[in-house]
Amino acid sequence: MMSYLITGLSFLIALMIQLAVISRTNLFYGSADLILLLVAAWALLGKTRVSWFWTTIIGLFVSIISPYPLLVPFIAYFFVFLLAQFIKRGVWQTPMLGMFIVTFAGTIIQHLLYLVVLTISEREFLWPEALNMITLPSLLLNMLLSIPVHALIQELSIRTKMIEYEL
Amino acid sequence: MKSLFNKISIQSIVIGLIVVGLVVLSISGFLTPLFNVGLNPLISSQSWLSVRYLSFKEFFTSPKDMATLRESNAQLENEVSQLQSQIIQLQENLSEAQILYALLDFARTNPQHEYVAATVIGREISPFLQYVIIDKGSSHGIRHGMPVVTQQGLVGRVDAVLANASRIQLITDANSVVNVRLQSAKVEAQIIGSLTGEVSLQMVPQDITVEPGDVILTSGLGGNYPPNIFVGQVVSMQKLENALFQTGNVQAIVDFTTLNAVLVITNFQSVDITPLIP
Repeated sequence: MMSYLITGLSFLIALMIQLAVISRTNLFYGSADLILLLVAAWALLGKTRVSWFWTTIIGLFVSIISPYPLLVPFIAYFFVFLLAQFIKRGVWQTPMLGMFIVTFAGTIIQHLLYLVVLTISEREFLWPEALNMITLPSLLLNMLLSIPVHALIQELSIRTKMIEYEL
Repeated sequence: MKSLFNKISIQSIVIGLIVVGLVVLSISGFLTPLFNVGLNPLISSQSWLSVRYLSFKEFFTSPKDMATLRESNAQLENEVSQLQSQIIQLQENLSEAQILYALLDFARTNPQHEYVAATVIGREISPFLQYVIIDKGSSHGIRHGMPVVTQQGLVGRVDAVLANASRIQLITDANSVVNVRLQSAKVEAQIIGSLTGEVSLQMVPQDITVEPGDVILTSGLGGNYPPNIFVGQVVSMQKLENALFQTGNVQAIVDFTTLNAVLVITNFQSVDITPLIP
């Protein structure tokens, strides 16, 4: 129960920080995605059942507030969750490496998905421009931010387990 | 007895004369050097003694003073920190008030519209889309399609509405098209956003001369925005020989990176002409 509460609170705080601060902090035209990083970190470090639950909730919530067609952000986040689960089984000995791999691949695939959806919805843009000016800076920001996020979630995960053990 | 009296009397007179003489000499300043010579060592000695005494006294009384001073210092530091937090609070209030005054000025100069002021509370997560979220929704009279402005000019339009929040599509969004009028050239055109948030001028006829700095206003065509709202200025134009229209780069008048507060025009209902488009 405690892990559900702490994971949910962390997602809520991350969403608020994302909307109010990180979305306004740009490198060129790209920006970091704290929700994606949290999904990856909790999927790698937390309990699978809890992170699955909160990934679904936060993905649906972001889908509601986002102008993208229904469920596209949810699909992107859920893919990140599945990728993290796969990586967790493969390279569990080095969780930081797993975080880097999930952040890298997750960001690329999320942006490609968004660009495909924008192409389908007939928005005019140049793919090379979108990838160079938005995706690459976003990728760099996500990679940089993945280090403190991983450390924080690791600490939270350990403390949550300790509290649950004591209870 | 008489001689004794005479002796005392003479002595008194002499002493009196000497005293009077000294007083006169002192008043006239002739004795000052003499006094200086005599008093300077005395003053120096007195100073030395006084300083040593005060040092001695301070040495024994300082612990008490230190405690008092520390207490006083802590109290003052506390007051300073409280005052600093008050200053920060007041500066924030001032900044907010300045924004609101500017919005109020805009509302006064454009009395034909009714406005609802709102604060920008968030920005779209995806960097490909240019949307912001405001803290007013349907319970404040906001409806889908209402134009959004600041004191500077056009911001965008309401895209989605919840009870206490709304999503605004900025004019910089790739899906945004605003029908505009070039003020000096007296010609209609369109401005279109992009993924990167840059705005371009489209559909300008080839035979029209557009200069950098020309003012762009909303035309009101299409029924999405009211006419004569300031949008931006032309930065540069590109004219291709084989193209039907000129295109140009536009500097939007609103700085979207520092967008804090907006006005929603509530008495303008946009017209959906989609069914009329063949």
